[in-house]
Amino acid sequence: MALLEVRNLRVRFEMYHGTVLAVNGVDITLEEGETLGLVGESGSGKSVTNLAFMGLLPTPPAVVAADAMHFEGRDLMRLSESELRAIRGNEISMIFQDPMTSLNPLLTIGRQLTEVLEVHKGMTRRAARKACAASLEDVGMPNPEARLDQYPHELSGGLRQRVMIAMALLCQPKILLADEPTTALDVTIQAQILELMKDIQAKTGMAILLVTHDLGVIAGMAERVNVMYAGRLVETASTGALFARPLHPYTRGLLSSVPTLDSDPDAELYTIPGQPPDLVDLPAGCAFHARCGFAVDRCRDELPDLERHTDPVTSEARFSACFESKNLAAFVKNAAGTDDATVDATGGGRP
Amino acid sequence: MSLLAITDLHKHFPVGKEGLFGRPAAWLRAVDGVSLELERGETLGLVGESGCGKSTVARVIIGLHSATSGSVRYEGVELTTLTRREWIPYRRKMQMIFQDPYASLDPRQTVASILAEPLAIHKLGRPRDRRLRAIELLEAVGLNPRHVHRYPHEFSGGQRQRIGIARALALEPDIIICDEPVSALDVSIQAQIINLLEELQERFQLAYIFIAHDLAVVRHICQRVAVMYLGRIVEVAARDELFGDPRHPYTRALLSAIPHPDPELERTRERVVLAGDVPSPLDPPSGCSFHPRCPERAEVPDDRCAREAPALVARATGGARLRACHLDES
Repeated sequence: MALLEVRNLRVRFEMYHGTVLAVNGVDITLEEGETLGLVGESGSGKSVTNLAFMGLLPTPPAVVAADAMHFEGRDLMRLSESELRAIRGNEISMIFQDPMTSLNPLLTIGRQLTEVLEVHKGMTRRAARKACAASLEDVGMPNPEARLDQYPHELSGGLRQRVMIAMALLCQPKILLADEPTTALDVTIQAQILELMKDIQAKTGMAILLVTHDLGVIAGMAERVNVMYAGRLVETASTGALFARPLHPYTRGLLSSVPTLDSDPDAELYTIPGQPPDLVDLPAGCAFHARCGFAVDRCRDELPDLERHTDPVTSEARFSACFESKNLAAFVKNAAGTDDATVDATGGGRP
Repeated sequence: MSLLAITDLHKHFPVGKEGLFGRPAAWLRAVDGVSLELERGETLGLVGESGCGKSTVARVIIGLHSATSGSVRYEGVELTTLTRREWIPYRRKMQMIFQDPYASLDPRQTVASILAEPLAIHKLGRPRDRRLRAIELLEAVGLNPRHVHRYPHEFSGGQRQRIGIARALALEPDIIICDEPVSALDVSIQAQIINLLEELQERFQLAYIFIAHDLAVVRHICQRVAVMYLGRIVEVAARDELFGDPRHPYTRALLSAIPHPDPELERTRERVVLAGDVPSPLDPPSGCSFHPRCPERAEVPDDRCAREAPALVARATGGARLRACHLDES
């Protein structure tokens, strides 16, 4: 049984100007000890998906529905608010993007950390303080004892994010939901925090659901990747297979529009034309068709489902929501100049 | 002669007060001796982590902050001593594009009025000419000229950044300072804006000072790159030299910290993870300001790094690249 299993998650926001269809049928399976990446641009619904598991979306305006949302076999949709509260921060923890706004500026670091243990583990404040100092030490905080009496503004961004991680890990959660955990940090600090998350995972075996728009971070951290576009999963595969052989035109566009340290600096950057669609007024058919170089007539009317493919190299099962995935696979293969024949090539590729 | 020459620029900000009207309690040394040159039509990258002073350098160049000491010369003319009135013609020559396309456009002005405003301030053309110019500018940045009467909120982030670029182009500047112009944008939009900046540079012979923390983007757009750390420049080199053979330990650490979108490489490569944070510019370390975090400090004898600040100099063998480090280069 998977640690976390979500089937057909739908989230919409009833707003004054219309209904925002933020998440439109997303399946997520998270196994023990793995890191699953969730990639997408702003407005693709990745953060909303995360918040929905935790029951953290304000209702109204949010309306959350799902066919199933199970954590260790418990149905999260049927739990009362107090039962949910016993899970949040205890068995499932979350770290957010901005460590400044997610810490309370009026309370000391120590007060905010000990609260977690007092609430979830019924510890005395004295015992909790000791455990918190140990936890700060685990995340590589210099002088942990002294930090407990400081306020968030006295710490740098990197140290604040360490406090957030220490807080998230206090109860040794089974799942860590990390929503853009390093986006607000400088690259040298980002490298420290990512190393730290990997070390802790190796020690405790927790699962990480890593939400980010940074494909470089995903490449180094995740074993599997889910790609979201306009509130849907458009592709899911193991990290290696996804980066080497994207089957969805959007994934392919994302991967080729990022300049890297080894791409040709004088070549013009590949761009995905146009803008992401308006979630209040989603286009008919595939939401990506207007920006897609592979689109055929069918894409304009019919919504493609996630379809199973077999990866030609790793033989793993992978999924892509595109009518043209087979042609895309052939196109990518031809471009790479290999002659692997496991993909049924019909038609060839359009750019 | 360089288009823009900055020599030993300092900008120190007063922090706190001793007593009600007293002297400042401390000085924050945001820019602490920066020298740079910019040629016509070139793109110079200015990289470094937050708080290293890269935006302050930009603001001093463009006259938004006055320099504490040092000189900024535009075509040989010293700018730091100009009066407000004398500044005006030079403002036309140097424009700026900001990071946040949501905060840098007035929400109550239409695009037409945003784009015509620089022309009105500099008393260029009649209102009708300015409107035509606004339409021309929108076309130049790839927006629909029919949207000239819309307000900023009707555009997406990437489109707003295009409006910001059009505004910077309005006065036909020689230099555009781009302060993190793509870091607030999504990846698919980021590539569009980078390509646009490159296209405009060719078309209007612009020189860019491109401030960014994303080194992969910098490598794509810049011909030369200066790396800053705590108010000083630690390395300047042509793009391929800097990325192919970084000579300063901080540059090496920065390059190594960037995650590559390539899972195989990410799993196998050796990475230099710097310990600790950037020190406070209120109380910079003695000697080389990078020495407390430097992984290669032990290779310099007699703890020289902690005692003596290295100068930004060329190699003994000559060449255009500069570096501020005590490490032996042979």
